Amino acid sequence: MLSKRIIICLDVREGKTTKGVKFEGNIEIGNPVSMAREYYEQGVDELVFYDITASSDKRNIIIEVVDAVAKNIFIPFAVGGGIRTLDDMYAVLSAGAEKISVNTAAVVTPDLISEGAKIFGSQCVVLGMDAKKAPKTSAIPSGYEVYINGGRTPMGIDAVRWAREAQNLGAGEICLNSIDADGTNEGYELIITEKISQAVTIPVIASGGAGKPEHLKDVFMQAHADAALIASMVHYKQYTVGEIKSYLAHEGIPVRELI
Amino acid sequence: MLAIIDYKAGNLTSVKRALAHLDILCAITDKPETILSAERVIFPGVGAAGKAMEVINSHGLFHVIHEVVSRGTPFLGICLGTQIILERSEEDTATCLGIISGMARRFAGGEIKIPHMGWNTLSVRRPHSILKGIDPRTQFYFVHSYYPVPLNQEDIIATTDYNVSFASIIGHQNVVATQFHPEKSGQVGLRLLKNFCEWDGVL
Repeated sequence: MLSKRIIICLDVREGKTTKGVKFEGNIEIGNPVSMAREYYEQGVDELVFYDITASSDKRNIIIEVVDAVAKNIFIPFAVGGGIRTLDDMYAVLSAGAEKISVNTAAVVTPDLISEGAKIFGSQCVVLGMDAKKAPKTSAIPSGYEVYINGGRTPMGIDAVRWAREAQNLGAGEICLNSIDADGTNEGYELIITEKISQAVTIPVIASGGAGKPEHLKDVFMQAHADAALIASMVHYKQYTVGEIKSYLAHEGIPVRELI
Repeated sequence: MLAIIDYKAGNLTSVKRALAHLDILCAITDKPETILSAERVIFPGVGAAGKAMEVINSHGLFHVIHEVVSRGTPFLGICLGTQIILERSEEDTATCLGIISGMARRFAGGEIKIPHMGWNTLSVRRPHSILKGIDPRTQFYFVHSYYPVPLNQEDIIATTDYNVSFASIIGHQNVVATQFHPEKSGQVGLRLLKNFCEWDGVL
């Protein structure tokens, strides 16, 4: 049986891992390459590196990080943040990433998804989506709106509609970040995760809000996510990957445990 | 020297990185003489079957691949490489290499997410050198929408369940092929690659 995936997210700013709350106030917490290696040894299924480097002239640092990770870690990993062109995608993939995650640029230029899927294959293209609760209107029937620019700019686009469109354009996976839940440690936003999981036939990764293993159980069992993104609960050493997976396995959720 | 056949299908460097980590010399190449003189050959690939076969045919690799296989050189297909060593694929209704009898079929949608993406287990049908020392409960990383359907049951080495039970490792004589990605399957995946590099191509 296919296991539910546990994915650890590392926000990387100018070569250092950082962690923020509700998309703001990032503090440095370590070296992404050594952290990635540690999580690999703990049995994480996949990694995501979000490049939140502010200045564009330091963007090549993330390529160095990707290259160092790829030489030491033999599980899939994605890179997101600041991917705006096919050349950006190519640079990250050829440095050793398995997938690229597009967010703002995909909303602004949806062709980036279809072109990227055509050239590199759908399995490489992850749509990262930042969604936030909004009043239900005819434009936002699901009650969740898509935001861009790191959660700062509302787009007046319905999250479920955008998920379907991204799938039609050729995205191979959707990583759904809830702005409301991000950094709260109070659990994933189950309602929108379930809505999007039902609306598309590609895998959905839930993101934002994980604080304890029970939250992963909820998002897998109640919202039918295919994978769950975690960050602070492991970055601050509250749990190891092994502890989270043992809990989930005990709850009857299929996970990959190290043998 | 190990040759990784370059037919422009996706990112071949992850296999090369995994082999480098195992201290195994390899070259990513489309040169017939390098492929034919290699001690062993890896045939990886992601992407679409039709496009892959176009490149194979236009680069004169069709006969090179058949020739290296007929010489008994140990040959490992990975992912798309596993599908296109069959006779044909439902993807792009492509005519493929025909090294192993059978075809690649698309997963039926509805109850399952497509692609089949993530970690899944194997049920081993018959022992093979590439599985030496690997615990039968081990999971491997898959990402694919089509799966191999070999014509002869004896060519199935292991199966995996994803709504249907499909052949996840196939093999015939000196050819072995995994639908999953050993190069992305952690330390156990590296072990499988190492096993392949120690295999003489005889069962």
